[in-house]
Amino acid sequence: MPDLGLDVLLKGKNLIRLLGGLGIALKISLISVALCIPLGILLGALMTWKNPLCQMILRLYLEFIRIMPQLVLLFLVYFGTTRAFGWNLSGELSAVIVFTLWGTAEMSDLVRGALESIPVHQYESAAALGLTWPQTYRYIILPQTVRRLIPLSINLITRMIKTTSLIVMIGVVEVLKVAQQIIEANRTSSPNAAFGVYLVVFLLYFLACWPISLLAKYLERKWR
Amino acid sequence: MSWEFIRTYLPLYQEAALLTVRIGFAGIGVSIVVGLLCMLVQHYRTPVLRWIVGAYIEVSRNTPLLIQLFFIYYGLPKIGIMTDAATCGVFGLAFLGGSYMAETFRSGIESIAPIQEESAYSLGLTRFQTMRYVILPQAFSVSVPAFMANVIFLLKETSVFSAISLMDLMFTAKDLIGLYAKTTESLFLLVVFYLLILLPVSLLGRLLERRLRYAGFGS
Repeated sequence: MPDLGLDVLLKGKNLIRLLGGLGIALKISLISVALCIPLGILLGALMTWKNPLCQMILRLYLEFIRIMPQLVLLFLVYFGTTRAFGWNLSGELSAVIVFTLWGTAEMSDLVRGALESIPVHQYESAAALGLTWPQTYRYIILPQTVRRLIPLSINLITRMIKTTSLIVMIGVVEVLKVAQQIIEANRTSSPNAAFGVYLVVFLLYFLACWPISLLAKYLERKWR
Repeated sequence: MSWEFIRTYLPLYQEAALLTVRIGFAGIGVSIVVGLLCMLVQHYRTPVLRWIVGAYIEVSRNTPLLIQLFFIYYGLPKIGIMTDAATCGVFGLAFLGGSYMAETFRSGIESIAPIQEESAYSLGLTRFQTMRYVILPQAFSVSVPAFMANVIFLLKETSVFSAISLMDLMFTAKDLIGLYAKTTESLFLLVVFYLLILLPVSLLGRLLERRLRYAGFGS
């Protein structure tokens, strides 16, 4: 049995540092999710509005964000806008901007889908019962939409966490970067550390995402 | 915007795009096979294998490709499993894509009414014939939208390959930004090439979705 380098993690504060790195990734994804859910709901509702200009603009935004790899978006904001507009963005801030833009696009599409999946007769029956427009939304449409949306938005959180692993590529010191530092620092004393440390990073991401996707699956089944 | 620069480095991007496309489609091809196998195991409730496939799907769906690649490329050689970057890219993409494809195929199959399978058996079709002639063709048309979404998702995921020193589009762009500080031009080319790769796939997906929408039967 070769040395798998797991002991490296028990040296000094290595494990704490690794968890701190994961914390940064989680922090960025949670901030972005917190921002993109309300924004996505707003845009999603706007998308059901039959105004050609508004629809075209939203459509363009949605298609561009969704067809570009998230890493390209990160590059565009981190290298591109800083160059073009001459401002200074930290890696963390560009990550939050990109993931908010991306999450908003994804969320708005989910919201639009959920709103459109409500059959027209729901609106019509509400009107026939004499409910006003705000009442229709408050008591009929929103409760049904939210039920469909919650599992999907929880899924979005896990996708967000997985996507934040990319921020290492624009120089943010997060879990993968810390892992690299630990491996480099122990290159001579423990040459096989790469296996153990990357395995632990792998498991950390799994442990962060798995419970959330189980919750999403559970809610989806419960509310179907 | 310096067109001179763009003209000079266009071939570099072409080569990088070809690499992205080659590895991307190889990975997608393997992940279709992996997905089909996993789906069959789950559909027929094969003992033991079923648990392994279930665990694989959960692990692969809940970890990012970048971390998977790092583990395969930098971690596995330490216990004697060596791969070159391209193989690692294909393998990593297939590891990630296999589970997504499996889920897509499974939900396609689940949408086919059980009576289809039962009728096929009662007509004397074997298990293989039932799958081949009755279930798969119907399930296929149901899963096309999700399948194409997976293809686009996986092609987009290839952008992290630069992390395992594959000279793909991201690598080229970052390299040129570092060397010549022509940020705008490098990023412009990057976006154009990704659009060239992804837009046709996205349009094809939409076309197929429209053509196959009514191909389902009895549901």
